[in-house]
Amino acid sequence: MSSAAVAGEATASRWGSVVEDWSAEKQTFHAPWGKAMMWIFLLSDTFIFSCFLVGYMHVRITAQIPWPPVSEVFALSFGGDPIPLILIAIMTFVLITSSGTMAMAVNYGYRRNKKVTVLLMLATALLGVTFVSMQAFEWTKLIVDEGVRPWGNPMGAPQFGAAFFMITGFHGMHVSAGVIYLLVIANRVRRGDYDKSGSYETVEIAGLYWHFVDLVWVFIFAFFYLW
Amino acid sequence: MSEAEGQQHPIKIYLWIWGLLFVLSALSYMVDYVGFQGYLRWGLILLFMFLKAGFIIAIFMHMMWEKMALITAILLPPSALLVLIGFMAIEGDYTWGMRDVTFSEPDFVATMPEHH
Repeated sequence: MSSAAVAGEATASRWGSVVEDWSAEKQTFHAPWGKAMMWIFLLSDTFIFSCFLVGYMHVRITAQIPWPPVSEVFALSFGGDPIPLILIAIMTFVLITSSGTMAMAVNYGYRRNKKVTVLLMLATALLGVTFVSMQAFEWTKLIVDEGVRPWGNPMGAPQFGAAFFMITGFHGMHVSAGVIYLLVIANRVRRGDYDKSGSYETVEIAGLYWHFVDLVWVFIFAFFYLW
Repeated sequence: MSEAEGQQHPIKIYLWIWGLLFVLSALSYMVDYVGFQGYLRWGLILLFMFLKAGFIIAIFMHMMWEKMALITAILLPPSALLVLIGFMAIEGDYTWGMRDVTFSEPDFVATMPEHH
């Protein structure tokens, strides 16, 4: 395999670094410990959300009564004909926008621009609150107007409610926790804690969590709402 | 790479990815709106989903600029989920078959909600 070694000088060093980092008795991840631990937490969270989504796949495959037509169930009318999935589409855009503002907040943090960082983090939190509010509206509509319960609903397979409340509820809880997390960190930025410690990596770590929440929504949107 | 300074990249790249995520979301919504069915629908939905997930992880979460040891430690373990998905799909088919054979016909009449 000498050709590969010669051809892939850059890649060899990239993969070679893996061997190097894992060898000998020393620190493996050359990242701040907070960042490495946040990544490991997010990995575990990935498995939790995956269990919910795989569980949902399983009950949907095994359901004897046809699954409710999701596109119609989540349609919303603004006076005229109901538009399919419109609320979910808006929620998706709100969450992506918040991901963008968070990425910019991290960037401005490393540029030591305190004011813009705080403002962008507050904007992110506000968009997060908007998302959760829309979700609360959606839940209310489903429970009160359409009689969806975890054990049944008038539109189709009874498993629909259980899967829906479990998956979107757990995700909404993550968004709510993220809003609190962002507000706490934004306050610390405002106070100048990170000017004293000399590092804004805490903002980046909060950003990792927030982007993960957006990431999970990408999968929920595809598998729950578009299937 | 620059551990001491943290992740510093030009603003432009974030704005580009932000815009791309908007476009990809709009496209995946359009797949449902236009009403594509079958393999075309699923191919497109999965394509847009993986592109969105990839951009978020690589750029917004800075995974692209991390060291290979961290990238592999975080991104390889979820591949075990493919096995779980495969097993549960096979088992799900079996369960459905058993229910089809042993359960009596469900007497369920679906009623759709009216959107006011």
